[in-house]
Amino acid sequence: MSALTFTPSGIYCPAGDFYIDPWRPVSRALITHGHADHARSGMGAYLATDIAAPVMRHRLGEIALDTAAYGEVRQIGGARVSFHPAGHVPGSAQIRVEVAGEVWVASGDYKIVDDGLSTPFEPVKCHHFITESTFGLPVFRWPDQAEVARQINDWWAQCAAAGKVAFLGCYALGKAQRLLTMLDPAIGPILTHAAIEHTNRIMRTQGIDLPETVLANADLNPKDHPGALVLAPPSALGSAWARKFGVQETGFASGWMALRGIRRRRAGDRGFVISDHADWPGLLSAISETGAENIYVTHGYTDIFARYLTEQGWNAQVLKTEFGTDTEEDAA
Amino acid sequence: MKRFAGLFNAIDQSTKTTVKVAALAEYFHEATEQDRIWTIAIFSGRRPKRAVTTTRLREWAAEVAGIPLWLFEDAYPIVGDLAETIALVLPPAETVSDHGLSYWIDMLRALPQVEEDARKQAVLDAWNSLDPTQRFLFNKLITGGFRIGVSQKLMTRALARATGRDEPEMAHRLMGDWDPAQVTWQALIEAEDPAANASRPYPFYLAYALDAAPDDLGPPVAWQAEWKWDGIRGQLIVRAGEHYVWSRGEELMTDRFPELARARDFIPDGTVLDGELLAWGDMAPQNFNALQKRIGRKTVPRKLLQEAPVILYAYDLLEWQGEDLRHNPLADRRAILEDLCMGLPPDAPVKLSPTIDFDSWVALADIRTAAREAQAEGLMLKRKISPYLTGRKKGDWWKWKLDPLTIDAVMIYAQSGHGRRANLFTDFTFAVWNGNDLVPFTKAYSGLTDAEFRQITAWVKKNTLERFGPVRSVTPHHVFEIAFEGIQASPRHKSGVALRFPRMARWRQDKPVQEANSLADLNEMLEIYG
Ligand SMILES: [Zn+2]
Ligand SMILES: [Zn+2]
Repeated sequence: MSALTFTPSGIYCPAGDFYIDPWRPVSRALITHGHADHARSGMGAYLATDIAAPVMRHRLGEIALDTAAYGEVRQIGGARVSFHPAGHVPGSAQIRVEVAGEVWVASGDYKIVDDGLSTPFEPVKCHHFITESTFGLPVFRWPDQAEVARQINDWWAQCAAAGKVAFLGCYALGKAQRLLTMLDPAIGPILTHAAIEHTNRIMRTQGIDLPETVLANADLNPKDHPGALVLAPPSALGSAWARKFGVQETGFASGWMALRGIRRRRAGDRGFVISDHADWPGLLSAISETGAENIYVTHGYTDIFARYLTEQGWNAQVLKTEFGTDTEEDAA
Repeated sequence: MKRFAGLFNAIDQSTKTTVKVAALAEYFHEATEQDRIWTIAIFSGRRPKRAVTTTRLREWAAEVAGIPLWLFEDAYPIVGDLAETIALVLPPAETVSDHGLSYWIDMLRALPQVEEDARKQAVLDAWNSLDPTQRFLFNKLITGGFRIGVSQKLMTRALARATGRDEPEMAHRLMGDWDPAQVTWQALIEAEDPAANASRPYPFYLAYALDAAPDDLGPPVAWQAEWKWDGIRGQLIVRAGEHYVWSRGEELMTDRFPELARARDFIPDGTVLDGELLAWGDMAPQNFNALQKRIGRKTVPRKLLQEAPVILYAYDLLEWQGEDLRHNPLADRRAILEDLCMGLPPDAPVKLSPTIDFDSWVALADIRTAAREAQAEGLMLKRKISPYLTGRKKGDWWKWKLDPLTIDAVMIYAQSGHGRRANLFTDFTFAVWNGNDLVPFTKAYSGLTDAEFRQITAWVKKNTLERFGPVRSVTPHHVFEIAFEGIQASPRHKSGVALRFPRMARWRQDKPVQEANSLADLNEMLEIYG
């Protein structure tokens, strides 16, 4: 029997009797990272990295959560299990499972570039590699983070000079904190929506260094913070809460902003191309470096990407999962 | 190319007309004469002769990107634009170029004369020296179709601002057959032009939609009712022995409708008429499909001129004997208009759009229900004492349109949107019941909110039955109310009907799939309204 199998509840390890990122309630779940489509409620017991744990506790409430450090090896039944950095968001992991010499890696979501916040991605040798393909098309190639930082700061400075508030829409867990490290606090104050500030506080408590932010709650008077940039989840852009800040421009930070059509529909005034997922060259280099022959493609352009890998000589197949649904696709 | 790319970015990133006009006006101040002329040419739909086929472009792009052609072809519908797909798949440029827009255009214009190998090398060298935005624009110069949110009108306004001249004059100057490779800025924009004054139209007066019955408008006797025609709103100007036809978009369409030239034989100089451009049958307007064949054609084949002759169905008189009548009451203007039209021979390309007699709002509501039979979209109500105002103003003119036709249909295919909706399923095919079968009869892709599109997208992903390229067949489950403006027999369609302006009016989450309408229901509508 294979070390990992695919069931209607999720990716399953018979030798260790556990699931990885299951989408139905199971007794034991290993979690790659805290995003909603990977860490769901209702599991009997959870195992995740120590860095991912605080956010998961905040999101899922009272859960039975055990933690492991990157690289620490656990024996679970007949399976040797370890977590390795995926570079996606702080604490995100690829999960390595070894049973009788057969090695699988379930990579969850990942990116190759060092974002300066998450523990950088490390390739893990394996026979079977489960990869995402959110941006699995050759049209996706990310610009340098420093270049995007310059674009965002220029835009912010222009807004500030014109007396406008700069609203930047982004995913609350991971992307928001990465953007915080890229912003130039000399331009003005950084305000945050409550959903983002919660995550900021958790990360600061666990020792992650983030610049100073001000929670933009109901009592805040926008006039007290001229030249501000407001970080908010996409759903809050244009809401009644956002409108009380007066004259504003909105920007949106996501890998989807690489496509002009989506940029024009979603971005409001500006779209910034920055993603916590691997771009096309990133996916290909990650897959090559595993040395795996068998590739399983999950959320994204699965059919196209698997066909390409097959033509390039891999034994690739599409895996039907419930990853990559809801908000993540917009904010990826 | 850098300056042109900067202009493009400024326009593309903004939805605000003022920002776009300012960016264009600034560009017209700064750019070289050749770049300015080519920019005007490009934004008004002119481009250099195509030097390379899109087939070759795709092949070369896939080759340089090191990907199989099928992968390029699969990515293209997701991106939604060929020029952009090429710009994105290519590896980053290895060199930098300082050349301006007209340099690249001259290079492309020279390409048809060289061998294919040299042509390919020239395109590849260009790709390798331009950043992604510049590459996208370079590709657009080859493929055409610069749809970047700059209308002719917006560009005209920017030019007017940059040159200190007025808009209608600019609009007129940009019409016709000028060649960007030959013309000078002086000749195109600045030289004295006596024809400009003669051609100048009046701004159109536009009506607001009436959202309830007109009972609140006061006594019916103060109002004039007309059919609201389903054509193109137009102004016919006869001055100084010439005639000019303007559309509501202030586009000069004189050459599109050559039959209107005969108006000069019957209508004296110093006359401006407001009315509807329509395809005329023997005694009455033809339906919109007939006019549709004429729209977008710059030259009209003789056969089409006979099948779908265009007239101006006149309903207002703005200038008479060289005098601006717009401040006179409608009733007075109408009286002169009626006299004028009375004297026209039956084959004149101008006819009088009749008024409708009615003595109560209830009676008028009754008349309105017959609008479809009259090839009209509804009624127009105009206050008899009203002057001819400028733009959309509330109070004196109202349009009272028919409610759309509707039918409840089942979604059976879904396709992701193009361009700005590439990651959502937005294009759906709908079917009605025929016994136990579902017969597709229309596509629709608008009418839902973004939130609804996201919701249906998540559902489609989980309920896909089969994939055919970008199209997915889905479990028949969701019922949508499809609204449309007209229905016609169409042997090309499996269902035998074609709808006009179909859109999703409502997502009927309350309706089980069995309760959707049937083909018999559609045929009944065809019988009544077709
Ligand atoms: Zn994730
Ligand atoms: Zn994911």
